[in-house]
Amino acid sequence: MFNWIQNIADWFVYNLLNLNKEQHIAEALNFFIYDTIKILILLFVVIFFMGIVNSYFPIDKVKNYLSRNKLFGLEYLMASLFGVVTPFCSCSSVPLFIGFVRGGIPLGVTFAFLITSPLVNEVAIGLFMGLFGVKTTIIYVISGVLLGTISGVILQKLKLESYLTPWVKDILAHAQRDQDVFQAEKQTFKQRLPIIWAEVLKIIKGIIPYVLVGIAIGGLMHGYIPEGFFEKYMDKDNLFAVPIATILAVPMYSNASGILPVVQVLVAKGIPLGTAIAFMMGVVGLSLPEAMLLKKVMTLKLIAIFFGVVTLCIIISGYVFNLIL
Amino acid sequence: MTTIKILGTGCPKCKTMTTVVRDVVSENNIEATIEKVEDIIEIMKFDVMTTPALVIDNVVTIKGRVPSKDEVLALLN
Repeated sequence: MFNWIQNIADWFVYNLLNLNKEQHIAEALNFFIYDTIKILILLFVVIFFMGIVNSYFPIDKVKNYLSRNKLFGLEYLMASLFGVVTPFCSCSSVPLFIGFVRGGIPLGVTFAFLITSPLVNEVAIGLFMGLFGVKTTIIYVISGVLLGTISGVILQKLKLESYLTPWVKDILAHAQRDQDVFQAEKQTFKQRLPIIWAEVLKIIKGIIPYVLVGIAIGGLMHGYIPEGFFEKYMDKDNLFAVPIATILAVPMYSNASGILPVVQVLVAKGIPLGTAIAFMMGVVGLSLPEAMLLKKVMTLKLIAIFFGVVTLCIIISGYVFNLIL
Repeated sequence: MTTIKILGTGCPKCKTMTTVVRDVVSENNIEATIEKVEDIIEIMKFDVMTTPALVIDNVVTIKGRVPSKDEVLALLN
């Protein structure tokens, strides 16, 4: 399906620039061009599709749905799935949290949403398909959704309401379940399209620098690091690799677009996929800046428990990935 | 006199929205006060879940995205 892109990259590097196939720079450049074109096309398609879904399921509708319906345990899974279709912006995580609390949505369900949203979203899916193929993407999406769901259930069981900051507890005390069905603006697809389109272009424009830098770093590593280089440090049998990779990743922050191209090269050079994905989830899902934002609504103890549970779940999913892939 | 409030905790998108709104107001000589609301407790009084949000005369008109200049102008007229 993407052979034609490879042909373009080959033609550009070996014919137009007349570089020798043996040179590292040629290989790195070829990889860069091929990956960039392929990934941009996939990102475009996925972001556009998710934009359409999101236009029909805006966050207010999601909140209303979760608040209104008793789902007998399925609400964690639903919240996690909604997290996938809702574009995530870390600066919205606090208002979102409060909005959910105000709507009487249980804390664990809110967490399920907050955990999945940055891990599995349109940008991550598009990049994943471009870098690892469809099968790995499906496994990643499913495990991301399960991770949010299970973490949410655990956090709910821990009864953490008393560790919210006082003003949030106050909101919780006055929480009210939505009664009415959310009345969305009744717009035709034709009316929605320009807004969706503008949003797609904005997202693409915003992530292009990260993607390019990520692919460039990936390309350099691809050309200069020998095959199997990492294998001696982090092979599948090393039981500590997954927890170490995850714990190293938690304080760091990058969005999916910056980190994934690098992860792909790590995998190509011998780091097991599960270990690499655990690392990526740690970078994307949890970070110090996010902890700082959450301090407004949660006490340090609650943030620590939240991060601890999610870290643990990431480590476990890293092991599972290494076992099944 | 129109009162415009921009709700946002200081993310890049919120800054872009502020610039867009300021430009529209000054380019069209609209009589309006622009206030940037950055305190989360104040923001939550408007019941928005995504920022930035644009509030015109205490009505939330746009949330979670940066509008175009034309869109803001249409809302202000």
